[in-house]
Amino acid sequence: MSKFNKKNKGEIPAVNTASLPDIVFMLLFFFMVATVMRDNELKINNQLPAADQVEKLDKKDLVMYIYAGKPNSGYQAQYGTEARIQLNDKFSEVSDIPAFIYAERESKREEVRPFLTTALKVDKETNMGIVGDIKQELRKVNALKINYTTRIGDVSLNQN
Amino acid sequence: MARRSSPEVNAGSMADIAFLLLIFFLVTTTIETDSGISRKLPPIEEDQEDVIIKQRNIFTVLLNGKDQILVEDELMVLEDIRAAAIEFLDNGGGEGNGEDGCDYCKGDRDPSSSDNPDKAIISLKNERETSYAAYISVQNELVAAYTHLRNVRAEDLYGESYEEMMKNYKDVNWPGNKTTLKEKINRLRKEYPQKLSEVQ
Repeated sequence: MSKFNKKNKGEIPAVNTASLPDIVFMLLFFFMVATVMRDNELKINNQLPAADQVEKLDKKDLVMYIYAGKPNSGYQAQYGTEARIQLNDKFSEVSDIPAFIYAERESKREEVRPFLTTALKVDKETNMGIVGDIKQELRKVNALKINYTTRIGDVSLNQN
Repeated sequence: MARRSSPEVNAGSMADIAFLLLIFFLVTTTIETDSGISRKLPPIEEDQEDVIIKQRNIFTVLLNGKDQILVEDELMVLEDIRAAAIEFLDNGGGEGNGEDGCDYCKGDRDPSSSDNPDKAIISLKNERETSYAAYISVQNELVAAYTHLRNVRAEDLYGESYEEMMKNYKDVNWPGNKTTLKEKINRLRKEYPQKLSEVQ
């Protein structure tokens, strides 16, 4: 019987896991430093409409984003509830679009500039008036390739 | 002697690690939508020559400020637009098989509707008060009409749908010949060109 009781004698001690949190924290810090978070902080509501006849934008670095929609609840006191345009990180006027497009073009290599596409990320509650103004500005600066960014889904999702 | 039992690794903190990673990915992952309806805007031309287009070759879709859809001045619901656009585009009312005619069209050949898909133009108008969601819905239906016609034509010619061909073309692992596929796609695009004008 004593054979079974001698458990503690020749056993290897359990692996010390005290340094595990350190390893995990190291991993966490690594990811925190290495990950690029999203480019723009959205200051507007941006619920995209749904469509199913979509094409994928494959070259992500060749896309310029123009956002439009009602300001977020945090910005409504300052900017009102009327739909606004957001370029990069700030609210903009329609007249700021040409400068934005030129700046974006300037930041790209010359040989890829003709392939730049403008993606319009517009909230579905927005009126077409502001979208028409954006389109007109884009025509003026000859940025003719546009993409109405949508969610993928049936159009019936748009009605509510 | 009994076999020495190896000690168990303490897995108590495994859950913590997993949660940490999970929370990390939850926070950082942004579901970026990068697909949408691609359009090309018309360039601004200084001295525009008025091209005379026959009234029967234009399919007017007007979205008014209350999101009502008027197709050729008649009220229509969103669900019917696709069928109406297909009927208009595939009408093939032109005479002969040359420039004006359309030998592959399957429509009614109604002389009061479009001549051939190359001449047929869909004109989408909207007002400032139109909602963006309604506009996108109509755009989507009109693009769907073109896709449907290309699909049907592709089935007739090559035995597979246009959408399938497009998928194959974009697929890097597709074993077939991409040059001939591109030619086929271009032919379909030429037979049913997307002539969708967005008027301000």
